[in-house]
Amino acid sequence: MIPALATLLVCQLLGEALVRTLAVPVPGPVVGMAGLLLALVLRPAWLAALKPTTATLLQHLSLLFVPAGVGVMLHLQRLGQEALAIGVALVLSTWIGLASAALTMAWLMKRVAPPEPGHER
Amino acid sequence: MSAETPLSQVVAGSVIGGRLVDVWVYLSTTPLLGLAVTLLVYQGAFMVYRRSGFHPLANPVALAVIALGSLLWATGTPYATYFEGAQFVHFLLGPATVALAVPLYEQLPRLKRLWLPMLGALVVGTLAATVSAIGIGWALGASPATIASLAPKSVTAPVAMGIAEKIGGLPTLTAVLVVCTGILGAASARGLFDLLRIQDPTVRGFALGTAAHGIGTARAFLVSEEMGAFAGLAMGLSALFSAVALPLVAGVLLRWI
Repeated sequence: MIPALATLLVCQLLGEALVRTLAVPVPGPVVGMAGLLLALVLRPAWLAALKPTTATLLQHLSLLFVPAGVGVMLHLQRLGQEALAIGVALVLSTWIGLASAALTMAWLMKRVAPPEPGHER
Repeated sequence: MSAETPLSQVVAGSVIGGRLVDVWVYLSTTPLLGLAVTLLVYQGAFMVYRRSGFHPLANPVALAVIALGSLLWATGTPYATYFEGAQFVHFLLGPATVALAVPLYEQLPRLKRLWLPMLGALVVGTLAATVSAIGIGWALGASPATIASLAPKSVTAPVAMGIAEKIGGLPTLTAVLVVCTGILGAASARGLFDLLRIQDPTVRGFALGTAAHGIGTARAFLVSEEMGAFAGLAMGLSALFSAVALPLVAGVLLRWI
């Protein structure tokens, strides 16, 4: 668990350092994720050591959004005043995002992706 | 307290009461309380979620946020005080984002095969969500700061907050809208995909991660590891793409409206 946690933190740290050094507008953890992916491609043996910790962390991903969500308290007034615009924009644009991503991917898969070997759908 | 109560008891009672107040004053200023309460309330919310047979409408984030918000309001605790403890949970969003590399790595063969459909879905889905949020907010008369805060709401929280700051939104409002979007997406995706006759778990997962980031990904992992891996991939790629493209696109749109 400790080596796995240290690996995650070091990847994030390197990501943050890289992003700041190059002044690119990409978040550090995302660069860290790309770095860890690259490391796993080069050293597949690391997977077994990382997996239990990352699986636990990702299983409880929802929990990590709770503190930011409670921040709703700070904005009750604005949310009340602009409830209609915010509510409609939230619901419709979430559905538009979900539907357009799913339809685009399904359509492109039919067009360009070769069928998966031995996996008919 | 009745008149017959012996003096000694009154004194003992007020001493204990006074001590309790001292304890409360002490605890309410340490990060310990906010952290412990966050975990306890989330565990409770998750038990309700499990009891409901993982019904999408009983989303544990939504339940926990409502319960914690009410608790803070009832005890008159400012959000900043609560966040001193909760920040340790919030911090884990970073390592968790890095951890997404593991399910990604495990899906690498399929990733290589599907890169073009995924890229298309990512670009179309992200831009459609952003442009529609800006357009609807503008059409219904939201203030410029609110519109700018709405624009990056489909992106995972830390990235969305950074984008909002850049285009003139309020980062903390964006964080709330990000969480709302995630809950909405996680709660309605199954119905929407069934309606559109989208059955493939890779497509369902990827779309959920594109439009509903980490909360959608958490929901997808609950359905299957495969769906979760694609949702996590979409969330990571969308964070990368959005961090670069959204400040430009949203910036242009916001200046134009």
